[in-house]
Amino acid sequence: MDIDKVFKALADPSRRRLLDLLHRENGQTLTALCEHMDMTRQAVTQHLQQLEDANLVAIVWQGREKLHYLNPVPLHEIHERWIEKFERSRLGALRDLKKRLEGDDDGKT
Amino acid sequence: MAKPSFVYVTYIATTPEKVWQAFVDTDVMRQYWVGPTADCARVNVSDWKPGSKWEHQHSDDARAVDIVGKVVESTPPRRLVFTWARPKDAEDDSKHSRVAIDIEPHGDGLVRLTVTHEDLERDPLMLAGISGGWPKVLSNLKTLLETGRALPRSASAT
Repeated sequence: MDIDKVFKALADPSRRRLLDLLHRENGQTLTALCEHMDMTRQAVTQHLQQLEDANLVAIVWQGREKLHYLNPVPLHEIHERWIEKFERSRLGALRDLKKRLEGDDDGKT
Repeated sequence: MAKPSFVYVTYIATTPEKVWQAFVDTDVMRQYWVGPTADCARVNVSDWKPGSKWEHQHSDDARAVDIVGKVVESTPPRRLVFTWARPKDAEDDSKHSRVAIDIEPHGDGLVRLTVTHEDLERDPLMLAGISGGWPKVLSNLKTLLETGRALPRSASAT
């Protein structure tokens, strides 16, 4: 898989928002996702297509319903590439501290 | 079909036969299937015939069993379906979730590997453990099949 596609897909706030929505509730339809997006259905479809091309979203057909799933495998590969095993617990502690101090439970941008 | 709890997809530059072997051959598994605590690798032990039992064992001498289940479907080298439960729930089918491994050729020497895990919602602890585990297992498998390199730095050494 092309890692450039992954970073390009992540570079857009609307696409990150779609991933956040799927992270909160996995396996949603286009209609359900559109309810939370301030844009046309067609624009959401295009963003989802780009996420699918980057393998960040996986599709499961259930009867006639197309369900979208967050696929974290490419993100895990990025994580593995730059973060060593022994750094993880310290990074986890730092993240918890930041969350507590900022009173923000998601750190979304 | 129940609505899946998780779907994981990865593309691997290899053959369907090698991916299949990686899911049924413990010698391959111990090279990439890291446990949640990274103490030692895990292996899934079974004859992989429909109706047979399988066990998710530690690959050390003690062979502790974390997960058990039954083989539902076994179609080499394309599809493997098995149930997934804690050892204490081995006989209670209502507490088994279900894993499907789908292996499809994707052209250009690529294989599309999809792992679907269903019926996990009623077990939040298991769901939390698994959602972290599968991506790690799949990216290790990809590394192993594409580079021949086994588990980096952790598990396999111990």
